[in-house]
Amino acid sequence: MSILGTRVVRTEDALFLTRGATYTDDLVDDRLTGALHATFVRSQVAHGRVLAVDASAAREADGVVAVYTAEDVDLVPIPPGRPMVPPAMTRPWFAGDTVRFVGDLIAVVLTEERYQGEDAAELVSVDIEPLPAVVTTADALADEVLVFPEAGTNLMAAFGEPAPADFFDGCEVVVRQAVVNQRVAPVPLETRAAAAAWGEDGRVTIFCSNQGAQQAKAQIAGWLGLDPAVVHLVTPDVGGGFGAKIGADPEFALVAWLARQTGRPVTWVESRSENLVGMLHGRGQDQVVAIGGRRDGTVQAYSLVVDQDCGAYPRLGPVLPRLTVLMAPAVYAFPKVHAQARAVATNTTPIGAYRGAGRPEATAAVERAVDLFAAEIGMDPAEVRRKNLLPAFSEPHTTATGAVYDSGDYAAALDKVLAAGGYGELRAEQARRRERGDVRQLGIGLSVYVEITGADNGLGAGESAGMEVHPDGTATVLTGTSPHGQGHATAWAMIASEQTGIPVDRITVVHGDTDLIPRGAGTMGSRSLQQGGVAVHRAATELVELARQRAAEQLEADPADLEFDLGSAALGVRGTPGTGVTLAQLAEQEPLLVRTRFDAGGPTFPFGAHLVVVEVDTESGKAEVLRVVTVDDAGTIVNPLLAEGQRHGGIAQGVAQALLEEVRYDADGNPQTSTLADYPFVSATELPSFELVDMATPTPMNPLGAKGIGESGTIGSTPAVHNAVIDAVAHLGVRHIDMPTTPMKVWRAVQQAQQEGTH
Amino acid sequence: MQVSMTVNGRQRSDDVEPRLLLAHYLRDVVGLKATNIGCDTTSCGACTVIVDGLSVKSCTLLAAQAEGARVTTLEGLAGPDGELHPMQRAFREEHGLQCGFCTPGMVLAAIGVLADNPDPSDREVREGLEGNLCRCTGYHNIVRAVQSAARSGPAAGQVPQGPEAAR
Repeated sequence: MSILGTRVVRTEDALFLTRGATYTDDLVDDRLTGALHATFVRSQVAHGRVLAVDASAAREADGVVAVYTAEDVDLVPIPPGRPMVPPAMTRPWFAGDTVRFVGDLIAVVLTEERYQGEDAAELVSVDIEPLPAVVTTADALADEVLVFPEAGTNLMAAFGEPAPADFFDGCEVVVRQAVVNQRVAPVPLETRAAAAAWGEDGRVTIFCSNQGAQQAKAQIAGWLGLDPAVVHLVTPDVGGGFGAKIGADPEFALVAWLARQTGRPVTWVESRSENLVGMLHGRGQDQVVAIGGRRDGTVQAYSLVVDQDCGAYPRLGPVLPRLTVLMAPAVYAFPKVHAQARAVATNTTPIGAYRGAGRPEATAAVERAVDLFAAEIGMDPAEVRRKNLLPAFSEPHTTATGAVYDSGDYAAALDKVLAAGGYGELRAEQARRRERGDVRQLGIGLSVYVEITGADNGLGAGESAGMEVHPDGTATVLTGTSPHGQGHATAWAMIASEQTGIPVDRITVVHGDTDLIPRGAGTMGSRSLQQGGVAVHRAATELVELARQRAAEQLEADPADLEFDLGSAALGVRGTPGTGVTLAQLAEQEPLLVRTRFDAGGPTFPFGAHLVVVEVDTESGKAEVLRVVTVDDAGTIVNPLLAEGQRHGGIAQGVAQALLEEVRYDADGNPQTSTLADYPFVSATELPSFELVDMATPTPMNPLGAKGIGESGTIGSTPAVHNAVIDAVAHLGVRHIDMPTTPMKVWRAVQQAQQEGTH
Repeated sequence: MQVSMTVNGRQRSDDVEPRLLLAHYLRDVVGLKATNIGCDTTSCGACTVIVDGLSVKSCTLLAAQAEGARVTTLEGLAGPDGELHPMQRAFREEHGLQCGFCTPGMVLAAIGVLADNPDPSDREVREGLEGNLCRCTGYHNIVRAVQSAARSGPAAGQVPQGPEAAR
């Protein structure tokens, strides 16, 4: 029986559970002996003119070796790096003239000890004349205050034109709604960290917490003007990323630069309050949805307008709405779909990828729109969905926005989730509570989603892998993917084991070292298994073929007559027992290794349906999630234990956005959620255990049949929870509540609806 | 100042800054890096260790406040022959960890939950772990791991006594 598809427990856990993983700040490495600690001084003002930065007192403080400010750095400012963004939107290494968000870098203090850095950083005196701040996308689009006056606009990018005036002509019903997809903080439990040391050979070793060593290395080398050959980037264990650790951050490059300036190794680990303003945020879209159709439930036209907040500097922000626009048609057969987006600069923390990155926003918009439409015509939202879903297809389907879905059966996913959830009984219970006028009302929320995974735009073609069998019978697998919780060490070993017969616990998976693995795209966009895992599959297959050629020479047999026996990891002549030679024996004679890559040539489109049940206390407004039932079709599953873990984590982040989490700023751009005491990170008490339903439609895009699973949970659960909360109070006249559906917002919506109802 | 305590069964005495947090003492002075620091407001629980039988967040204590205490970190849980503590085993079998950063604190906090309540319900486990944040697992498998450990017997709610105590 194949090991693939079985619940193999993780090989990495033996160490993680006894000694702990080795994150960047845990490194004990000779190269880092005597390292200086870097502490950054950041702007406390959202937008302002820098009048003076005085580091003289800090330079005199205990343990301070050096302080660097804008005038001490001669590096070329960081360019936008995206062709659509105005070139004037560059990022200085340290703000010398203008600060553009609370958290913008102003100076760095280097000290012998960690605590000395915090003391000395407070002694750096910064004089800033505040300017009016651009805080919302509406402020930004007004173009009255400019984040980059040199650019002449706050617009970073624009996609598409407004919908034609006659777009909804012929519809019996048209519903319009402004929908906020709020800014959230990724909050990986490990904050950002980096360490760097220059060797006598003129090369620098950079350790940093990231989601793809090769991409991070290329960025740092480019920014610092270094020959990539002198940069050795190593990714230690990484304590979560969720998109926010894609690529390199300026601080990582500065650590390497400071190590060169001082001639000593330098380390940096940020505090959580620094992380909450300094690390990329996610989401941040103001949307307007409009949906029109007939009273029989047929949707005829759907339009979406997105205003993407990119924060103060262009990272992935200007690219995210392109994915939102691409996925706007979603799972539906709407005859007309229109989507338009604008991406703008604001005086806030820059926006990057966060679990789903542009696609959850598309699903949230359309699933809210379908519910609004259903409420308007008084039809069950499950019924409206069923009426409008694309019929099952096994040949590629091209959408109105040009996405090519590989295969899908959305109605089957919806039917499965409705059956598993007991939809009919839930609606009956809801009716009874409404009839009784209970304080605690039931809300039932649905979403049906399709998402795009492994869309490797700009990452290069596919993913690299290597495999070597050693004379002792163990093997090493090299991968360009970059696990930070996903369990690649186990899953890639399973894939290699399935082909070579070498037991999983005798296979070591190596990642995140640019000297050992020069090419790799990393882990993001739910790409790893369908690109990197398949590359490992190919490497293992090629390794057996290489072994077959070698064994054939040795046994003086025709390669075609050799049979590979998985049980003994040996090749022998078919029908002649005892003639075999093992992979280990072949490796003894000559290194047995292959390097290869796999390129799927296109993305896959996982899909599913979520059903969420909430109870809302109509007197306090508090919503409690009672049940989350999900169908998530990610094609063939290599390890159900790991795939379920991905779904669980994704679901929790979706519930968190729908119910709780939001990065808030005041009108002057001051962050209101800059510690974990203020940012309402979801805890165990706010979540139920989840009910997962299996569905697996293999994709034809790769030989494993696997699609992405990392982000499905978030994409499906966010609108299902959101719709459920609104559904709980819909009978009281509430039509929409923006996320996060906090008790205050729900309570206010109920109060307002009741007041309107009595007039 | 001088501070003395027993860490994972070994008595030690070190000269430290009075303001040094127990979390930094364990990581930077003792060199036990499993104890992680995930926030600066005592919110995340990644730094949870067991001090004199109680699970506490080691960022809320100064090293000096642990004078004379018996401290257990993740590194002190497995037996001398490497045999996993029932809670470690349950986390592994139930896939109760992904990136591993919250794990040391979560495992020790979970032992603390069972010390108070050897047979907790799903809800009671969640309430017991409210002060320990995890971004990866959605807590689902953590709750299962704690309940599975509870079913394995009373040892799941106890910390092993180190070599000093055995003498």
